[in-house]
Amino acid sequence: MTLFFIVTLNGLTLAALYFLAATGFSLIFGLMRTVNMAHGALLLLGGYVGFSVVEATGSWGLGVIAGGLAAALAGALVQFGILGWMQGDELRQTLASIAISIIMADLMLWHWGGITYQVTLPELLSGGQRLPLLGVGYASIRLALMAFALVIGVALWFLIQKTRFGAVIRAGVDDQAMLRALGFPIKRIFISVFALGGMLAGMAGVVAASALSIAPGTDLQFLLSSLVVVIVGGMGSVGGAALGALLVGLAEQYGLAYAPTYGAVFTFAIMVLVLAVRPQGLLGRAEK
Amino acid sequence: MNILKTTASILALTAFAAPAMADDIKIGVISVLEGAFAGPGMDGVRGAKLAVQEAGGAVGGNEIEIVTMSSDASPDSAVNAARKLIEQDEVDLIVGPLSGSEGLALRDLSKSYPDVTFLNGSSASQDTTLRDASENFFRFGGDGAQWMVGVGDYAFNDLGYESVAIVGEDYSFPYTQVLGFMAEYCEAGGRVPEKFWTPIGNKDYSSIVYSIPQDVDAIFVVLGGADAVNFLTQYAQAGGDKPIIGSSVTIDQSVLDSQGPFKDLLVGAPSGTPTVSNFEGEEWQAFVASYNEAFPDGFSAPSIFGHHYYMSTKAAMLALEEVGGDLSDGQEAFRAALTDLEFVTPTGGTMRLDENRNGIVDNFVTEVFEREDGTLGNRVVKVVRDVDQYLGMDKDEFMAMGPVSRDNPSCP
Repeated sequence: MTLFFIVTLNGLTLAALYFLAATGFSLIFGLMRTVNMAHGALLLLGGYVGFSVVEATGSWGLGVIAGGLAAALAGALVQFGILGWMQGDELRQTLASIAISIIMADLMLWHWGGITYQVTLPELLSGGQRLPLLGVGYASIRLALMAFALVIGVALWFLIQKTRFGAVIRAGVDDQAMLRALGFPIKRIFISVFALGGMLAGMAGVVAASALSIAPGTDLQFLLSSLVVVIVGGMGSVGGAALGALLVGLAEQYGLAYAPTYGAVFTFAIMVLVLAVRPQGLLGRAEK
Repeated sequence: MNILKTTASILALTAFAAPAMADDIKIGVISVLEGAFAGPGMDGVRGAKLAVQEAGGAVGGNEIEIVTMSSDASPDSAVNAARKLIEQDEVDLIVGPLSGSEGLALRDLSKSYPDVTFLNGSSASQDTTLRDASENFFRFGGDGAQWMVGVGDYAFNDLGYESVAIVGEDYSFPYTQVLGFMAEYCEAGGRVPEKFWTPIGNKDYSSIVYSIPQDVDAIFVVLGGADAVNFLTQYAQAGGDKPIIGSSVTIDQSVLDSQGPFKDLLVGAPSGTPTVSNFEGEEWQAFVASYNEAFPDGFSAPSIFGHHYYMSTKAAMLALEEVGGDLSDGQEAFRAALTDLEFVTPTGGTMRLDENRNGIVDNFVTEVFEREDGTLGNRVVKVVRDVDQYLGMDKDEFMAMGPVSRDNPSCP
């Protein structure tokens, strides 16, 4: 029984990480219909920059912020310099973003090399907490990760539901042409949403590098999990990303604990099931 | 700087490609030059180049040309690389590949190209040479089981571990390493109550961590690269304190050099490996010096990959020398020379092949230690010479154990 609770807890923490990684991806798709295949590369970039900053300054918080900002800047550049020029041509954008992700991955391999990095945790987060009732140790960073995802989730919900910027994004998701006709600077909005998505990915990268580790290949793993999460949850909504992340995270951990050989199958079984029964995703709206 | 070098080497290649003579011997090197294994893979190529350089770049008046192809550590990419090398570049020999399942794929492919000789790189699956062997596939090195010889005995008799849980990646190389460990360990009286097989590239091991039985004395970790780092970190974070036994790749310098707080767990961990960077032997020191001179931007010492690609290519150079570069008649004379070849390896032993064209090798039992500057290294606990593929057992008895798998061997 203890194992079951622990595995559930593991599933929740993994879900928190997947949520952080996938929301940005989902937002960008929701607004611009761009499948940003460079999302994983942005995440890895954030992780590497975060690692370097933590090494240089010794401050974990600074590392998370720096990782987020670096990826935000890279995301904005990608939209401003490349994807923005082919707005509306989704296939071309997707292909271009695949190219960008390969180029970024090689540049990062060049700079940071092929070894595995782990961000050194601050004292407060590095140990384990004794869990009440269960009587086993549990890594503090993973508990912090859940709290972090909750805070980010609530902040995002507030940004999108309660602020003017959020209202513009929501309007853009519903009817981009009308938003443009009303005179909103759609190019600039797109760039800021790309930066926001990049920032979320970058912070997720630093958190992933703290709780797990990062190495070449991490970008593709998180891109794939983000894709699965938004397909399951539904594109373009924060709630969908949260639900999708929860399902995928739990499925992966239960699979690993109870049927390790077939662990990977569960995740994709869920995806296939959702695609068959509700192709727009659990919380997604059907395309008009 | 690297861009400059790359450009220069591309220019150099095109410049030298044109006047290639008919008698030139082309060696295709297949290694992993992309993704997670790119660092180790590049070292493999260095090893091959070093052997050619030491032979003076020519054998019996025939220039040796190296053509490099990258695979991504998957069997089909290795097969594609080999096909391209054979059909487009028309290479005479192939040195490679790097990882276990790739080796099995190239062994199968070699049967369709009987005129090309394949020399294994660092791939160490058992069945590459043991079962269903191919006439033109040679391995001047051991398999994963040979690389663990000495460790099971050491763990039981010297360290007193009576039961061990195993965490490993779910493919042929870890199965083979587990066999090498368990053959001795179970024979000595140890037990392995549980094995956990996880997918390659798994990130989150925490659920495995909590499934490990509390009453084992140690954990044998058969994970490489980032997987090892992730597992050890999460094990430490969950408050785990069982001693670790490492596989040949778990204690590789690329893991020991990785950054993170997981390192404390590894200090003192025993392991088996054919390559120890700090080995004191005279031949090894000479090898390291030669490597450092040829590749100032390489590792501080050759890795297991550089070492094995070097031995294979060196074997090719020596055999070519013996036949004066003669590769006629489907390379018959050359292969006969390879089969009977004996030479001193960088670890000081005598390399020779068994009837399946698999190397009889030296193996080390090592232990991770902390150097004065805080970095981690491996030091030699003991050397086991002349390890054959049957691990010193009777051939029939060994073959009767059957192919390795998730559940074979077993001693719960």
